[in-house]
Amino acid sequence: MSPFTPEQSAAIRAEFPELSETVSGHPLVYLDTAATSLRPRVSVDLEAEFALRHTAAVYRGAHSLAAEATEAYDDARASIAAFVGARPHQLVFTSNATESINLIALAMRLASAVGSPARFTLAAGDEIVVSEAEHHANLIPWQELARQTGAVIRVAPITDGGELTADAVKSVLTSRTRVVAVTAVSNVLGIVNPVRAIADLGRATGALVVVDACQSAAHGRLDVETYGADFVVFSAHKMYGPTGIGALWGTSDVLAEMPVVLTGGSMITRVDYDSSDYLPAPAKFEPGTPRLTQAIGWAETLRYVDSVGVDAIAEHEEALGKELFAGVAAIPNVRIVGTAEGVRRVGLVSFAVEGVHPHDVGQYLDSRGIAARVGHHCAQPLHKRLGIDSSTRFSLGMYSTVDDVALAVAALSDVRKYFGED
Amino acid sequence: MELDDLYQQIILDHNKRRVGYGLQPGGFPSHQYNPTCGDELTLTVRLSEDGSTIAAFEWEGKGCSISQASASLMASEATGMSIIEFESFANGFRDAMRSRGTISLSEDEYGDLAALSGVSKFVARVKCAMLAWVAAEDSLILTRESLN
Repeated sequence: MSPFTPEQSAAIRAEFPELSETVSGHPLVYLDTAATSLRPRVSVDLEAEFALRHTAAVYRGAHSLAAEATEAYDDARASIAAFVGARPHQLVFTSNATESINLIALAMRLASAVGSPARFTLAAGDEIVVSEAEHHANLIPWQELARQTGAVIRVAPITDGGELTADAVKSVLTSRTRVVAVTAVSNVLGIVNPVRAIADLGRATGALVVVDACQSAAHGRLDVETYGADFVVFSAHKMYGPTGIGALWGTSDVLAEMPVVLTGGSMITRVDYDSSDYLPAPAKFEPGTPRLTQAIGWAETLRYVDSVGVDAIAEHEEALGKELFAGVAAIPNVRIVGTAEGVRRVGLVSFAVEGVHPHDVGQYLDSRGIAARVGHHCAQPLHKRLGIDSSTRFSLGMYSTVDDVALAVAALSDVRKYFGED
Repeated sequence: MELDDLYQQIILDHNKRRVGYGLQPGGFPSHQYNPTCGDELTLTVRLSEDGSTIAAFEWEGKGCSISQASASLMASEATGMSIIEFESFANGFRDAMRSRGTISLSEDEYGDLAALSGVSKFVARVKCAMLAWVAAEDSLILTRESLN
């Protein structure tokens, strides 16, 4: 059961203006939150207000506006950090989770070239472990790192039902494992992975453990420390926040050791013509003028998420997700991917409609006002593993309702008939 | 934009009929891939003995109904054309697809392919409709290069 009363649900929906749009003459049913979540008005309003009244240079200038902007920016970081159980200096702002992962991989490439610091170096024959269920963002940066260093990618298998077990990860760990990079929740399968157990195994072998938390942040309580990882990455735009900003969380130790990648202003202490000294994290990873309004908007978004209650949101999405899963599963000739039993799931289900290509499925759904994701969802290898080229995905947010689920299931039930398959 | 503008019955039929489906060995196949959706299509243009006209389009691939129907309709409408005719035919088709609904394909000139006119209103689907045509043009270039 969803913890939200109909009145609460209506109040949440009123906060997201896009939900009052019509698509193809139907009220919008937004089921693409896993790609990008809608934004609450309060966050966009505050961001606009801030941009109009408080735009100024952060960390420079002695004038009042600059001081106010600096204070607001620091406060934003502190409140985003608090939301994910981090300390502010452990939270590095990036463009998005993709950039966060790239920063780690690039730091390792740079360290490998000069042979230090040891924790970040890779040698030929060293191994990088990922799972079969990774998003391209948590695969390709590692492929490039492997290509540059002579390291090897090892892939932890999932079961046919899409489950990633700690044992499966263990089966590919060796004394050469230097990185273990896994997703907390696959963006295709929606299954919650046993990240803590995987991270413990990875760290026990001396590997750096990287967790992609994009699909779990803001759809459940994200407490970065509890993963037991070295790094956790996430994006604001999948947490009801703005595009253009994301985060790299790292333990204090690992961020202190990690070499700088991008350099320039704002990250330095002393600068001479031939060398410079850098500020500690997070500043040493944030050269240039920061993402001021995005940080303000993201922080305000998370205040709103907190006011609704992140545990209530998780409960709501999980309960509704079960209805969605059952509804889709009951449609003949529709095959859900990731049907493992006895696992926890987020409110997300991907499926193939027999005889109808996902693009056609998505186009038909759109004609009924339903926004779904179609394609390979930036997970081509996973789709190959599942024996399909692409799929259609429904994903839920705090604003999703039982009506949304009913409309989506009803429309999906008519797809095959429209394309002459029934 | 009505869904039936996009999915005319002719398109749904050709999605299943797939005229020209099946590649024979030899010739100069062109493989095209649409990275946004993962659709793939390989097509070989076969020329007449004197090299002046298109004797057959052979293709295989997987993709949405628009990409499959477009390949099938091209094979049924453009087989037998001279190479010069086909080039202008393909240019006209491309212009219509990219017109955002402002250019309709005439039935007199394009026959059943006119059913694809609606695609141009769905910008995200234009690439689907063009996949086989890009492959055909590429296969023709490869064929010609081999003759020089």
